[in-house]
Amino acid sequence: MLARLASPRTGGLLALAVVIALLPLALTNKYFYDIAVLVGLNAIVCVGLNLLIGYAGQISLGHAGFFGLGAYGSAILASRYGWPPLAAMLTTTLAVAALAYLVGRPILRLKGHYLAMATLGLGVIIFMVITTEDKYTGGPDGIAVVPLSIGGFVLQGERIWYWVVGALLLVAVWLALNLIESPAGRALRALHSSEVGAEVVGINAAEHKVMAFVISAVFASVAGSLAAHYSGFVTPGKVAFLHSIELVTMVVFGGMASTFGAVVGAAVLTTLPQLLAAFEDYEMMLFGAVMMGTMIFMPRGVVPSLARLFQSRRQQPSSGEGSGT
Amino acid sequence: MSLLRVEALSKKFGGVNAVEDLSFDIPPGVVYSIIGPNGAGKTTLLNLLTGIYQPSAGRIVFGGHDLTGRAPYEYANHGIARTFQNLQVFFNMSALENVMVGRYMQERCGLAAALLRTPRLARAEHACREEAAELMRYVGLHNYLSAAADAMPYGALKRLEIARALATRPKLMLLDEPAAGLNPTEALELDDLIGSLTGRGVTVVLVEHNMRLVMGVSDHILVLDYGRKLAEGPAATVRNDPKVIEAYLGSGVAAAAEMHR
Repeated sequence: MLARLASPRTGGLLALAVVIALLPLALTNKYFYDIAVLVGLNAIVCVGLNLLIGYAGQISLGHAGFFGLGAYGSAILASRYGWPPLAAMLTTTLAVAALAYLVGRPILRLKGHYLAMATLGLGVIIFMVITTEDKYTGGPDGIAVVPLSIGGFVLQGERIWYWVVGALLLVAVWLALNLIESPAGRALRALHSSEVGAEVVGINAAEHKVMAFVISAVFASVAGSLAAHYSGFVTPGKVAFLHSIELVTMVVFGGMASTFGAVVGAAVLTTLPQLLAAFEDYEMMLFGAVMMGTMIFMPRGVVPSLARLFQSRRQQPSSGEGSGT
Repeated sequence: MSLLRVEALSKKFGGVNAVEDLSFDIPPGVVYSIIGPNGAGKTTLLNLLTGIYQPSAGRIVFGGHDLTGRAPYEYANHGIARTFQNLQVFFNMSALENVMVGRYMQERCGLAAALLRTPRLARAEHACREEAAELMRYVGLHNYLSAAADAMPYGALKRLEIARALATRPKLMLLDEPAAGLNPTEALELDDLIGSLTGRGVTVVLVEHNMRLVMGVSDHILVLDYGRKLAEGPAATVRNDPKVIEAYLGSGVAAAAEMHR
């Protein structure tokens, strides 16, 4: 029983649930709730993106594009065409998955810098389309979005959104943890380490990279749709290249190949700029500094570095006990 | 009836013929060794036989299926597994997980089942873990059942690759210099392991420089030189072939060996 609690799938999920359940004690006003919702939405994106970057070892500098497509898809279908928000969200998600699949197949054959450039290009194209197709998207001015209603129930207000996003984050983490511990997830980790080694045991590396790309795009798209309904407004800022960089920074800072690291990365790097609101103009400099600092001092990211530190301390008195992640 | 048939296989890199017009047959159930001086094209041949390189000409037929031009994972799907001279261990995982990855073809499941971790998958995962542990014990890695791959010594990693390859349940297993870098004791232990593989129904192709090991376990030997077949035959015949001695030791030694007869 204790061993099960120590495993990330049960123990980690439980810990995250407790944090989400107890956090409102510290959220003393609406503004704090608002930050918490933003943290949750970013964390959902990062948990998905971490599957691609951290586990499969493939970079994407264009995930704000998928986030933006989710946001604008929901906004346009629900607000302009009056679709029920859930139907709009589902349709948008499926369309984004299809797009990620079609684009992912050719570009994931590229490696390293080339893949980075290709995903960057994809993000830029999505951004350009959204800013120029102002007939549908409102262009640089953005577009207003109807609130999310399920049946007759309208989700409005930070407190309700907090619980919805909190629950969805738990689901996202649960799905990611399940995947990582499955044959497909091991295949992802294997091809990250040695593509040739993975192929010779029967793993179609290209197929698995595309799978990770599509899943991460779907997570980003759903978070985008939710963000649009939550804030009631979308602007192209959330689709821009800088947002992609923010997302990658969160994953890298939290810890690549650590699902809870992605959550922590999203939490820290979403909260920090809010707390330092006075330095708003320097936000991107902060992200740059965090990225450089992480790479130099903790290339494995915060959570894996701390976990390793904790583990080695614990193992010193009682020797033995092999590995654990 | 041959398990693997190679027909007029060639591989060119630029103007260099790494493998040239090579044909041979491997019957099931044997240990088939491929030897030759450095640069003879042995590793290139293994890369061709696993789809990592595509041949410039020729055919590779395995178990009646023409696999020429297929991707590496398709070779694996048909039952060809291998180890690497320069290790291709998954260092970001535990040793046990490395072997579990080897069971991918038996364990793979739908994406929905993976994301939701169905009870059926959970049971399969448990069985997979048990079987992987069993294979690790079989190759002599019982001390590393809970080790991280990046914390294991070189000799153990070589065995780990064998366990991973065995986990794919191969019909044919290609071992690329399994004894390289091992100390004499470790190399000796390898004899028994390789010998026992055929008992599990696995045909073995062994590329190796350690002649004691090769002569000890091989049923059949193919000698390569500059990408061409220099000699082929039962181990005892090849051992005394003057052409082979010349290629390995130089013509002077071959002549001396002649005189000593």
